[in-house]
Amino acid sequence: MARQVSQQEIDTFVRRRGLFTRRQVLGGAAVVGAMALGGALDRLVLAQQVSEDTTRVQGGPASDVSKGRSQFEQPKRTVTTAYAGIPQISGTDQSQLVGVITPSDLHFERHHAGIPDIDPRRYKLLVHGLVERPMVFTLDDLKHFPQESFPHFVECSGDSSGHYRGLLETATIVDTNPLYSNSEWVGVPLEILFREVGAKKEARWFLAESYDGAAMTRSVPMSKGYDDGMLTYGQNGEAVRPEQGYPVRLLLPGWEGNINVKWLRRIEVSDRPFMTREETSKYTDPLPREGKARQFTFEWDAKSVITQPSGGMTVRGKGFVEVRGLAWSGRGKIARVEVSTDGGKTWGLASLAEPVLSKTSTRFRYPWFWEGQEAIILSRCTDETGYIQPTRNQLLLVRGESNYHYNGIQAWKIQPSGTVVQTYHEPPLQAALPTHLAGLWPLTPDCGLV
Amino acid sequence: MKGVEALLALALAGIALLATACRGPAGLPSPTQSNLLLAPQAQPTPVGPSATGPGYRGAYGLGRDATPEEIATWDIDVMPDGTGLPPGSGTPAQGATIFAAKCASCHGDKGQGGLPATSEVLVDTRPWFERGNPRPVGPRTIGNYWPFATTVFDYVRRAMPFDKPGSLTNDEVYAVVAWLLNQNKIIGEKDVMNAQTLAKVQMPVRDLFVPDPRPWPEYQ
Repeated sequence: MARQVSQQEIDTFVRRRGLFTRRQVLGGAAVVGAMALGGALDRLVLAQQVSEDTTRVQGGPASDVSKGRSQFEQPKRTVTTAYAGIPQISGTDQSQLVGVITPSDLHFERHHAGIPDIDPRRYKLLVHGLVERPMVFTLDDLKHFPQESFPHFVECSGDSSGHYRGLLETATIVDTNPLYSNSEWVGVPLEILFREVGAKKEARWFLAESYDGAAMTRSVPMSKGYDDGMLTYGQNGEAVRPEQGYPVRLLLPGWEGNINVKWLRRIEVSDRPFMTREETSKYTDPLPREGKARQFTFEWDAKSVITQPSGGMTVRGKGFVEVRGLAWSGRGKIARVEVSTDGGKTWGLASLAEPVLSKTSTRFRYPWFWEGQEAIILSRCTDETGYIQPTRNQLLLVRGESNYHYNGIQAWKIQPSGTVVQTYHEPPLQAALPTHLAGLWPLTPDCGLV
Repeated sequence: MKGVEALLALALAGIALLATACRGPAGLPSPTQSNLLLAPQAQPTPVGPSATGPGYRGAYGLGRDATPEEIATWDIDVMPDGTGLPPGSGTPAQGATIFAAKCASCHGDKGQGGLPATSEVLVDTRPWFERGNPRPVGPRTIGNYWPFATTVFDYVRRAMPFDKPGSLTNDEVYAVVAWLLNQNKIIGEKDVMNAQTLAKVQMPVRDLFVPDPRPWPEYQ
């Protein structure tokens, strides 16, 4: 990566460290003026704010709350779907992020009735049903219990669902993996709460209900609560963000996003599931070929995606490219991530950033020398149960064009120009289908399969 | 950069270690017993008034007893056998008026959806699938994809209408549900929906739903 330093750069460096001549200052002002006239107003503004040599001036003052990110860093969520005019989804752009923790203000959002504004002093959690002691807990009560903390991913059940039908070449990671984020969560183990209220022996499921406008509900097996379920009030070192469920969110590590009920207000313990809307008509996987619907899919199967380079980015040129990405599994730790830079013909092992923890983002990195030719890059992960991330065709062959829980291998194509586009590395599925079914798969020209 | 990553790694390792350590405070179960705590039957050593007597509030003595009124106010869920259905009733004709006034602006006058585009299609009795075809052939609606009529009541009561969730009376919810079931050809136009009749409604696609058979390798 290193290169020789030019004489001009040395001159510039010397000039910056020394005194400007009057001619140099005037010349500089003329250049800035020309840029402004040319329309580069943004750059002019920045130029005024940024010191030419930060080692020769005092910087900004300390403050009680950070003014935010560097003015040069503007990562953003992408707001997408609105319901009745109110946006209810915003996606995380993982191509802008590094490491494994998603900054809390960039964690994706999916709401069913907007973000409720809850006064923590008035917050109460009701726990009742098949328990010895129906009880009410305040936020202070919950914070007083023994505490637990873990980094865990939350991924919406519908993340990547566009791949069932097929996505366009123009798709970026905000189109392919918008609804995946990873945080450190802090709270009370659910099993402590269950013991506190005396959950009865016949208890098998509990209902989790939200304070939001949909009073959203999901049924959860008690076993998950006893295993590793948590009531969380902390996220990445501070209170859970309002859009993530402030003040208390149910967190069921590794399970589909929707069941991690935000703004939790009630838990009802029962001997059977409640069959709420979100576990029957939604968040079930339609299997159109058989005319069936899969219910109670909780765990995310192992999944990975290359975040850099990814769709919409430009590889800066022939030479060294570090392929970077994220891998995760709802069933435990990531054991292995393989990367292919030739469309799946050959694979190499990526390095995994330590520590590799259960049900959380694992960052992988893979060194590559790009020769400047067209290349299709893929990642494929294996989790500690031995489960291998499937290809898209493998999923489609079994499920058909389903709706949720998509975890297929994601492919990016690097064009000779360096621009990266979304692609599918396998042949169109028609070829793979049994003959009597091939005609029943009406491929559309825009779906990316053809 | 390496230094920062190493620090983060240490921090995360610390988190992992802490999490695997003891959950109980002094006097409560020790780390060596922590595995036992995972079992539902395991009982902690009680502190406070008495393990069985009145006033016992668990090992930590936190929280307070819920009042019957609190529970009654919040316990609005309805189960497939009808548990939780409130008094009240409604007919498809009554529901038609309410739907036109409070629902049709999003869901269309016939429940066909699409106003705005993201609103749900509520009425369509044709199957959303075609056996052998891997691509769905139509929208999934109350008529062809909702396995329990009680869920419609539960959901409408808690979450609809979108701009005023929870504002319908129980009679209004019964009526809207009756209209939706009638439009989907599941009940007759004179059928009255109440706690008894709604619990008996058999949805045509009840058997569509199968529990997820995983984990097992589904595609080999």
